[in-house]
Order: sequence, then structure tokens, then C-alpha cells
Amino acid sequence: MSQVQDYKSRLSDPASRKFETFSYLPAMTDAEIRKQVEYIVSKGWNPAVEHTEPEHAMANYWYMWKLPMFGETDVDTILAEAKACHEANPGNHVRLIGYDNFKQSQGASMVIYRGNTK
Amino acid sequence: MAKTYKAGVKEYRATYWEPNYTPKDTDLLACFKVTPQPGIDREEVAAAVAAESSTGTWTTVWTDLLTDLDYYKGRAYRIEDVPGSDTEFYAFIAYPIDLFEPGSVVNVFTSLVGNVFGFKALRAIRLEDIRFPVAYLTTCDGPPHGIQVERDIMNKYGRPMLGCTIKPKLGLSGKNYGRAVYEALRGGLDFTKDDENVNSQPFMHWKQRFDFCQEAIEKSERETGERKGHYLNVTAPTSDEMLRRAEYAKELNTPIIMIDYITMGFGATTALSKWCKQNGILLHVHRAMHGVIDRNPHHGIHFRVLSKIMRLMGGDHLHSGTVVGKLEGDRTATLGWIDIMREEYVKEDRSRGIMFDQDFAYMAGMIPVASGGIHVWHMPALVSIFGDDSVLQFGGGTLGHPWGNAAGACANRVALEACVKARNEGIELEKEGGNVLREAAKHSPELAIALETWKEIRFEFDTVDKLDVAHK
Repeated sequence: MSQVQDYKSRLSDPASRKFETFSYLPAMTDAEIRKQVEYIVSKGWNPAVEHTEPEHAMANYWYMWKLPMFGETDVDTILAEAKACHEANPGNHVRLIGYDNFKQSQGASMVIYRGNTK
Repeated sequence: MAKTYKAGVKEYRATYWEPNYTPKDTDLLACFKVTPQPGIDREEVAAAVAAESSTGTWTTVWTDLLTDLDYYKGRAYRIEDVPGSDTEFYAFIAYPIDLFEPGSVVNVFTSLVGNVFGFKALRAIRLEDIRFPVAYLTTCDGPPHGIQVERDIMNKYGRPMLGCTIKPKLGLSGKNYGRAVYEALRGGLDFTKDDENVNSQPFMHWKQRFDFCQEAIEKSERETGERKGHYLNVTAPTSDEMLRRAEYAKELNTPIIMIDYITMGFGATTALSKWCKQNGILLHVHRAMHGVIDRNPHHGIHFRVLSKIMRLMGGDHLHSGTVVGKLEGDRTATLGWIDIMREEYVKEDRSRGIMFDQDFAYMAGMIPVASGGIHVWHMPALVSIFGDDSVLQFGGGTLGHPWGNAAGACANRVALEACVKARNEGIELEKEGGNVLREAAKHSPELAIALETWKEIRFEFDTVDKLDVAHK
């Protein structure tokens, strides 16, 4: 049996904040992000990009980046929008959403560019 | 022409067996699996079941003639062999909708599984499935919120939610119990849960439990930046006391409460469901005692029926079994009742034991909760079987982690997210799951040690309640 380890999570440490789905995994590489975009497209969901300052990440409403890309199925176009949002807001979390309009819910939602929590 | 009164005993079949009857869209349909006493023919037994679960009694009475019994009676309209059984048959019975009080599962059940289950002409009888007509179903409120609303309230998208039942199930003080909740939530779970038999015992009264658990929820939310909940069990000795506890939970601004629907009773459960809808609090439903009713393959009520009536009475979560864990549950049968919990329309599918088409119209769905003897190695199978609209609950599989609850919770969260990410990438989880977990453990020491700890644990026993299939 190995030594018991402390669980490093602190109120005083902004880096302890998580941001829901996939925030317990390492940040995704470009190739991994592409696969998730492909998944959203394959499901027929409407991709959308949102961003926020990390300290306001618990709010329901983040800033929309333009409008959801209704009917967009070109993976490069979607990736380019996400990247443009990130470059315009480099300190912010940027999340990719797949709106499932039949279920009236989000089929997918994940932060793909992580903001500055230092 | 008016009928004349003739006292005496008639064969049930003369009145209640109608093989040429075509069920109406508004009829409530039931399928019973019947084991008759030896020597009694099937039509007579099926007709007796129809009679005893609707208008009939053993002898003709003159007051029968004051009403239109041909309209009100239940009708046995079909008999089928049970695959794999020489001693049983399926009896299909149609009941006119007027036989039941609107919005009352209580009333439907008092008829359908009432006196008839003690009827001497039967050795055993099991209610296999019910088709509720949409006209009746819409008199019931259904789940107070439903799956999409819960996702919005809890801010959880694109993955199953994670829970954990706090252990030991009995004996902790309120403050120590809250500690266990806090640790599990800060480690990455979405929910923790009171055990079904945690009510208000001498070692921990409900009020202290509610107070300490709420503090645990609030601190873990501030710490992780994610929304959290703990199913506060409001099951109580009386309905009044149940609602008093629910009111206090609401004052605390907690997101979800819980009931044991079979021991608390259908009436109290329906009352609490309506209260939850009024007050915007999610309702988790535990099925303690179901095994008494649904496990015997020859007698009782199948769990798919208990699931369906719970959806009508209205829960947001319902325990479904895990398929892979320590508790009974055949895989295909489980897939059948998961559909009954979640889908808008469920088609007849004998391979899953589903005997009727069921249209749920606009009724919201319930989230199935997989709980009982599961650990990280089960994660790929669970994500594959249950999909995103589920809660996966690891009790011992969180709290038994060698480094404690927070690390156990983190291990489960990493495993879950790795499986969902891999699934989205097109990886077949039930084949490649082991590799997905081992890969994820490279950057999570919490997961690595969890994989090591539970490597050898399996629950491989044969299912007692199997689906009816031919064996010869």
C-alpha cells in the first residue's frame, strides 16, 4: 500500500476551480478538440462557442461568441470560430457546446481553451 | 332488451373471456403471467383474473343489473404460452378507463394487484406489464422536473452524473456524516446520497444531517466552482412529518431531496412529487423493498411496472440496478425498464420483456440511477449501457479509496470523463475500456491507486429473475 496522499484543493487557490465536463482531464490537444467537434457534428447538434472570465464561470450565462452556428457541419469552420474567440479573449475559458434542439438541451458542453486561473 | 336476474354461480368465462375483443385506445391493458391450479383451464382462469381485478365477484348479485356491467367489466382478450414454461401462461386483460380514479396510481394498483393476487384458483400470478392509455397517463403529473430541467439546474451536460451513497449507512453523527459528504463532493462528484434507511435515528436526527450536509454542499461548490447536491432523505413515519422535513430542506435552499417510494407508500410519494414540482426541488427516488415484490419470476409485480408507475407518480431519479454490480438485474430486462424511465415512446419488445407499446406523450422522463457494488473498473460498461442520461453511484467505490473520499471521488470523475471522451472519439468502450482507464491513470494518481485496489472484485452470480425465453 502506498503512502496516503493529500487531496490538493483549496478555497484560496483559483486553480482548484473546475469547469464541468472534461475539466478533470488534461487540457485537450488540437487533435483531440477536433474529434469532439466531429462528434458534435455527427450527432446533428448545433455547435456554439461561449466564453467567460474564469472567476465568473459558475454563472449560467457566459458571453456568446456571435450566435450558435446553426446547421454548420464543417469542422474547420467551427474550430476557426473557437480559435478566434480564444484569440480575442485569451484569459477566458472558452467552451464548445452542441445544442440538441430536439431534446432542448445541450448534448455536449466542454471547455476547450482554459483561461488563466493563476 | 333488459336482462333478467338469475341467482347462482356462473362460469367466469361466460362474462369475462372475450377472445374477439379489440382493445380500445382508451383501455388500460395488463399482461399477467399466471400459474393456475392443476385441472383448471386457461380461459376460465384468465376470465377469473379479469373479473376479480375489475367488476366481478364469485356469485351473481341483483345489483349487477342496476348498471351496465358489459361496459365496466375487465375483459380477458388473449392468452399466450410463456416461452420456456409448461405451467404458466400470459393472460392479457383490457380494462375500461372509467374503472380508475384519474391521476391515481393508488387506485389502479388496488384493482389490478389487489384481491386477485390471493385468489385460490391461482397458484401464482405476476403482473408483467401495463399499458396506460394516454388519456389516463395525462391525468398524472409525472416527474416534477425531468431530465433536461435537471441538467439545466445542475449545469451538467454531455456526460452521466456521478453520485455516492454515504457509508457506513448507519451510525455516524451528523457532523461526521457531513464530513464524508464534503470530501466526496470536493473530490469531483455531482451528488452524494443518504442511504435509504437513513431517516432520523437516535444517533443522527434529520435536522442536524440536513444542516451539516448543506454546509458541505455550499463549501464544495465554492471550492470546485461546480454545482453539487446531496439527496436529503425526507422519508418519515408520517406524511406530515415527511413534508415538514421537505419544507426545511427548501429553507436551506438545497437542490434535491429523496424518498423511499415503496415503504413510504404511493400516496405519500405522489404528494411529495407534487410538492417538489411546486417548490422547484428535484426528487430522487429509492426503491427499497422492491425485491420483495419483483424478484420472484412467478409471483408479484415486475420492476418494469414499478418503474412505469413511478414515472406516473413522478420522480426525477429512480434506482434502476447496475447490470454489472452486486445487485440483481438482467441486462436486456434492465435496458427495457431504462427505456420506460426515459423515452417518450416505448415499443413492444418481447426480447426485453416489454409486452405493450407505451406512449408517454408529454410526460417528462426520469434519470435512471445505477447504484450498488460498482467501482472504477465498471465505468466503461456503465457509460456504454446507461449513456449520458444517468447517475452512476459509487458508494464503497468512492469511500473505500485508500486515500479517502476526495481521492476516490476524483478517481471516479477522471474515469468517467476519460470514458465519455473516448466514446465521443468513436472508441468502443466495452472492448477498449481497460486501456482507456489505464491511459487516464497516467495523469491521475488517484485513479491509478483505485484501479489497483479494485482490480479483482467481481460479482458474477446468475440472475434469479430471468426473462421468459424458450429453453428447449
